[in-house]
Amino acid sequence: MIGANGAGKSTLMRTIAGLHAPLAGTIRLDGQDITRVPAHKRVAAGIVLVPEGRRLFASLTLEENLKVGATRARRGRWNLGRVYELFPWMIERRERPTAFLSGGEQQAVAIGRALMANPRILLLDELSLGLAPVVVHRLYDILPELLASGMTVLLVEQDVTQALRVSDWAHCLLEGRITLSGRPHDLAPADVEAAYFGLAEKRASGRG
Amino acid sequence: MSVASAAAPPLRVTRSRRSAAWSAVLGVAAVVLLASLPYVVHTNITGLLVNVFILLALATMWNLLAGYAGLISVGQQAYVGVGAYVVLVLAGDGLNPYLAIPFAALGALVVAVPTSFLVLRLRNEYFAIATWVVAESFRLIVLHFPSLGGGTGANLSGLGGIDPVLRQALTYWSALAVVVAAILGAYLLLRSRFGLDLTAIRDNEIGARSVGVRIARAKRIVYLVAAAGAGAVGSLLIISQLNVQAGSIFNVQWSAYMIFVALIGGVGSIEGPIIGTLIFFFLQQSLADRGAWYLIILGGIAVIMAMYLPRGLWGLIGDRFDLKLFPVGYWMHRGPAPAGRETE
Amino acid sequence: MSRPPTSAWRKSALPGAGSGVIWVNAVVQGILLGGLYALFACGLSLMFGVMRVVNLAHGDFAVLAAYLALAVITGLHIPVLWSALVVAPLFAVVGYLVQRFIIQRSLDVSPLTTLLVTFGLSIVIQNALLTTLSANSQSLPSGSLASASVQVNGQLSIGYVSAIVFATSVVVVGALQLFLSRTGLGRQVRAASDDQEAASIVGVNVRHVYGIAAAIAFATVALAGIAFGMYSSFDPAAGPQRLIFAFEAVVIGGMGSLWGTLVGGIILGVAQVLGAQVDAGFGVLAGHLVFLAVLALRPSGLIPARIT
Repeated sequence: MIGANGAGKSTLMRTIAGLHAPLAGTIRLDGQDITRVPAHKRVAAGIVLVPEGRRLFASLTLEENLKVGATRARRGRWNLGRVYELFPWMIERRERPTAFLSGGEQQAVAIGRALMANPRILLLDELSLGLAPVVVHRLYDILPELLASGMTVLLVEQDVTQALRVSDWAHCLLEGRITLSGRPHDLAPADVEAAYFGLAEKRASGRG
Repeated sequence: MSVASAAAPPLRVTRSRRSAAWSAVLGVAAVVLLASLPYVVHTNITGLLVNVFILLALATMWNLLAGYAGLISVGQQAYVGVGAYVVLVLAGDGLNPYLAIPFAALGALVVAVPTSFLVLRLRNEYFAIATWVVAESFRLIVLHFPSLGGGTGANLSGLGGIDPVLRQALTYWSALAVVVAAILGAYLLLRSRFGLDLTAIRDNEIGARSVGVRIARAKRIVYLVAAAGAGAVGSLLIISQLNVQAGSIFNVQWSAYMIFVALIGGVGSIEGPIIGTLIFFFLQQSLADRGAWYLIILGGIAVIMAMYLPRGLWGLIGDRFDLKLFPVGYWMHRGPAPAGRETE
Repeated sequence: MSRPPTSAWRKSALPGAGSGVIWVNAVVQGILLGGLYALFACGLSLMFGVMRVVNLAHGDFAVLAAYLALAVITGLHIPVLWSALVVAPLFAVVGYLVQRFIIQRSLDVSPLTTLLVTFGLSIVIQNALLTTLSANSQSLPSGSLASASVQVNGQLSIGYVSAIVFATSVVVVGALQLFLSRTGLGRQVRAASDDQEAASIVGVNVRHVYGIAAAIAFATVALAGIAFGMYSSFDPAAGPQRLIFAFEAVVIGGMGSLWGTLVGGIILGVAQVLGAQVDAGFGVLAGHLVFLAVLALRPSGLIPARIT
């Protein structure tokens, strides 16, 4: 999901995760209506959010943060050992409080914590926020492995190029509405730009 | 007055509305009526009304603290006690107890100044319990002085020679004066620029600070005013009971009464404590022979109100009927003033 | 009540005992008393540390527990220590319900509402006890334990009751600390207290977990109420005084830290007993002054909580 600031991307993610109740409409997972299901139960259903700003638990160590992610874990291939394989640097830091980790490391822990629940749908909200490009790159490098394990990843990303490069399908959000949808390589850059900034309608009427 | 153009009509800001004008008239009439009661009714009734006024004054002060400065105090009884003991001491030295009432308020104010520097640094629950501990400490300190009566209490001197009926009447008028001063004082305070500052603090402290409101000073002023009010009430208590006992005057029960009244009537308005006090006494009188039951019921109602109707009864009524008997806000009107009506 | 409660209150009555012994004895009694206060305070500390809730009815629930224990003891004819096995689990259930239906609701309105609601509960409980039971003081019959004591080095004696209570408080604080740091549920509790939203999106049922924390806190309140009942007498209005002691112990020791609460309780107990040595009526006031001094100088208490 791409879109300018204030388009509603994070709000949508949080609503899907169960932190906000929608004012209207429904949320369906595999046909099942989960609109009224509380957030902690959605985790058991397979929807796990990695929230904007990491939101690690300050009084828990790195390993405890990961372990608490497994509170309502589904069955699957992700467990503590597998997370440590994905991020080997965590092993020697696992007794440390997370406050002393760098931004990129914290983001990795947040992702690891989410993986511990074996999500079907992983919601990644603004992965790259406040992180150096090389760090962001490294985080994106793990995406293929996540996808290979069978999960669906819904990614919110400010960096349009990065987002379009890694995704199979893209939606553009503007003021709470979807203005464009499609496979990235089917979308012309001009169309994306128009949808992003809301010029699509004007453009359409201009073409006649 | 500007000429209305085809676009937006002009905005006017007023401080009151017609309902307020009526309530001012009614208020004055009520006070006059109340003042005349000692000539008309039995001392039982004026005695009861003294207690009503005492509680109303306390609740109004507590409401200033909690509803406007955001300070939940469970220790106002500290100053109630200070006020009472100031009167005890001054009367013992020969001053007419009725004349000691302002000194009681002043004494409470003086004690509150250093105390405020201790307790106002604390937030929320720390503040609440600290105020309680301060009251307890005052109680324990007073118990140490046999000249103040120690554990058994002390009698007020200086009123022995007065005819009881006259004494009741004087006490009644003093109580009426204190409660009118409390309510009027709160109203004027809130209506002023200072009141605007307080409401800003209550709604959003950080925002208030960022527009230059001096929060610490504002809170201290409210704390001191509330202490003075409690001190005046303390003086009324010792005058009406003719004696004072540390255990009861410093009892946290007073805070319970104030809090229940405010929760039931509504925190954050001047009308709220009035309604709350009326309900309190209604319940107390109807359940008079059932001992502590009225407190259980009151407590239960207060708890339920806090959870489900946080703005109290006046919040419900005031909103439903859009009433403000004590106008402390600002109204904006669109359009030119109706003919013959002033604007400020 | 201006004297601290001590059943093992002994001024050294041994002939020829020097004044130094009196002070040592006082300090020891103070430490033991501190164990009682700590037991009492750890429920308060737990609820504040986890949920930011100060339960102003804390003391009254303890008094309620004492009355319940009395009823159980007289009704079932079991010794006082066994009554804890009945009352504590019952209180755990009560705590869970109070948390989920009353305190949670108040938290949803505003943080200050919990202060008002628990204060209202306090008054309701006190008056309910007053109207249904007598206003007279009661105490829990501790039988042979009451006067039994251990003689230490001929000049110092430690009452069995004091020792048991102190040991209980250390065990309870240790167990709570272990629960929080080593168990999965304890981890959930800490996570929920750090960040409610984040906890819910990793699958923690925050409301339920808060209920568990409250259940544990209330169970400790029950134990503390029974302990207090063995130490001294109680009556329907005894709650608020005990709440103040508990709060003072928590603040002196550092909000949110359980071992700190133990230390705080001990400091409070010692202050009170030493104060009472100076002058019989000064004990409780001495405790208040220490509390106010800590507030004035260091509001976060002496042992600050771990990272929050």
